[in-house]
Amino acid sequence: MSIRVINDKCTGCTLCVKACPFAAITMVDKKAVIDLDKCTLCSACVETCKFNAIEIKRESKGTPDIDQFKGIWVFGEQKKGIVQPVAFELLGKARELADELKTDVSCVLLGHNVQDKARELIERGADNVYVVDTPELENFLDEPYTKVLCRLIRKYRPEIFLCGATFIGRALISRVAVRLHTGLTADCTGLSIEPEQKILLQTRPAFGGNIMATIITKNHRPQMATVRHKVMKELPPDASREGKIIEEMVDRPLLTSRAKILDIVQEIESTVNIAEADIIVSGGRGMKGPENFKIVEELARVLGGAVGSSRAAVDSGWMPYSHQVGQTGKTVCPKIYIACGISGQIQHLVGMQSSDIIVAINQDPHAPIFTVATYGIVGDLFQVVPLLTKKFQEIKK
Amino acid sequence: MNIIVCIKQVPETTHVQIDPQTNTLMREGVKSIINPFDMYAIEEGVRLKEKFGGKTTAITMGPPQAEAALREAISLGCDDAILLSDRAFAGSDTLATGYTLAMAIKEIKNFDIILCGKQASDGDTAQVGPGISAHLDIPQVTYVKKIEAIKDKSITVERMTEEGFEVVQTTIPCLLTVVKEINEPRLPSLKAMMRAKKAQIVSWKAVDIEMDSDRLGLNGSPTQVVKVFTPPPRPKGRIIETTPEEAASQLVNLLKDQI
Repeated sequence: MSIRVINDKCTGCTLCVKACPFAAITMVDKKAVIDLDKCTLCSACVETCKFNAIEIKRESKGTPDIDQFKGIWVFGEQKKGIVQPVAFELLGKARELADELKTDVSCVLLGHNVQDKARELIERGADNVYVVDTPELENFLDEPYTKVLCRLIRKYRPEIFLCGATFIGRALISRVAVRLHTGLTADCTGLSIEPEQKILLQTRPAFGGNIMATIITKNHRPQMATVRHKVMKELPPDASREGKIIEEMVDRPLLTSRAKILDIVQEIESTVNIAEADIIVSGGRGMKGPENFKIVEELARVLGGAVGSSRAAVDSGWMPYSHQVGQTGKTVCPKIYIACGISGQIQHLVGMQSSDIIVAINQDPHAPIFTVATYGIVGDLFQVVPLLTKKFQEIKK
Repeated sequence: MNIIVCIKQVPETTHVQIDPQTNTLMREGVKSIINPFDMYAIEEGVRLKEKFGGKTTAITMGPPQAEAALREAISLGCDDAILLSDRAFAGSDTLATGYTLAMAIKEIKNFDIILCGKQASDGDTAQVGPGISAHLDIPQVTYVKKIEAIKDKSITVERMTEEGFEVVQTTIPCLLTVVKEINEPRLPSLKAMMRAKKAQIVSWKAVDIEMDSDRLGLNGSPTQVVKVFTPPPRPKGRIIETTPEEAASQLVNLLKDQI
């Protein structure tokens, strides 16, 4: 493993100096010189160099028999026996990728009394559904879920494995990827197949969405990725679709867990979970107090949406943390995001700027929220929001 | 009770931008800080030690300048600090990072609880914490918002979920990743700052830790970045400046096909 500048090719253009996030490149006699103490081999310079003058060599031992890995798998996350919408979204995407690779789509469903859900997954695009149905898997626990999933992946060898970037998915798949000794890309917003080598191109935001990176897992299988909610499009259910349901038996030791769940508490105040919501109405410091959040809740209710909040409102104790959108809260990507009295600090913007439509309602015409807004209303939210509620109610009738 | 807190030095994310002319990272004036989520892990680690006795050790993997993050951790109450810094670690993805930290923690031997922030603010992967526990084969609980009780060799915590939280009990040793809600980090005391300044930071290279060199750095990293680019800017929006009544009507018209 090494990085070097090929002096004959280096023209001294300094693009790499600017590209290096770690200030590791300087120009000496019009040639790039890399400070190895600072370089992290992130390859930003290799990407930027127009003259192929920087080279990173890697010697990697990959997964043996890489050609034996076939098919695309999706983790069919369920809670209380209900398949989570992100699994359907992933099946939609997996279908598209599978058609390109001329392979099939399988879904793995772990739970208890969930057999009847397998059919639902076939209707949404799965060709095979592997079901492990046993009381120990009723609720998510890191260890048994990891062990069972690893067993199935080792047995069937899928080339690609996709999972929702949910609280469960992020904990589970990180552990699975380590045990399988393969690559995992978190929180993808784009997936496609590289046409020549047929490998998965995984695109994800980094640095709070300021930069996008495309990542591959070239020599290891499966290629694993978690994918954000609401980014991929689900297929409408097709009752005529055919598929196989395969019931898998697993040995007892795979089901043991050192952790156990003592209680499950639902505390989301409004009815809709903000990660899954199509419409989110959020309030910020401009709400002036917890009592005023009811006008935001009213609008969300009429629109069938969820209530979000800025960090300022959570820190003031007006809303619970589970509603917080932004860097230290949740990242959301709804169809419509309505920001009421939120100034739009970058910490908030990184959590919602990939929403399809952003509406900002703020009194200050210079508030940064207007820079990302599709529609911005400069005005008093205490007048505008109730009017919106009333008018949406009228057209909904 | 011996606690290990894994931290990461990150650029202050909010300042990282791309120069629209050159399409490259603008790094002037970007400060390095401790990953904001790790501040909660440090605070929780220090609180546990204060309550149960023992020692809290901060550990980080990074370039030599990451030592500054460890000194800050000491100023916030950690007793010891270990810096893993070696060319051999460069280019690590989350698999290699988790492996390296896990092997270093094995070297420390005596630990009860490992604490991590829920994710780092630069990469945002949330993969390294669970990766460490997988390498060590210990139980993990992610997104912990409260430690309810510690008794004998078991710990009860509240784990955040999309809808609320779960109360989870697990055996010790274990690894927890924590969210902001768990505590309010203290400010460093003057005395602790003095101590941090003088503290001896232990520095380990790859040869100081028993591990498989094939699994380190770039060679031990299955993923590779093939392209970095700026997301397309959002199209310029439309600003509505009129009476509240008129503004609301216009907006409802614009959105009515979307709902």
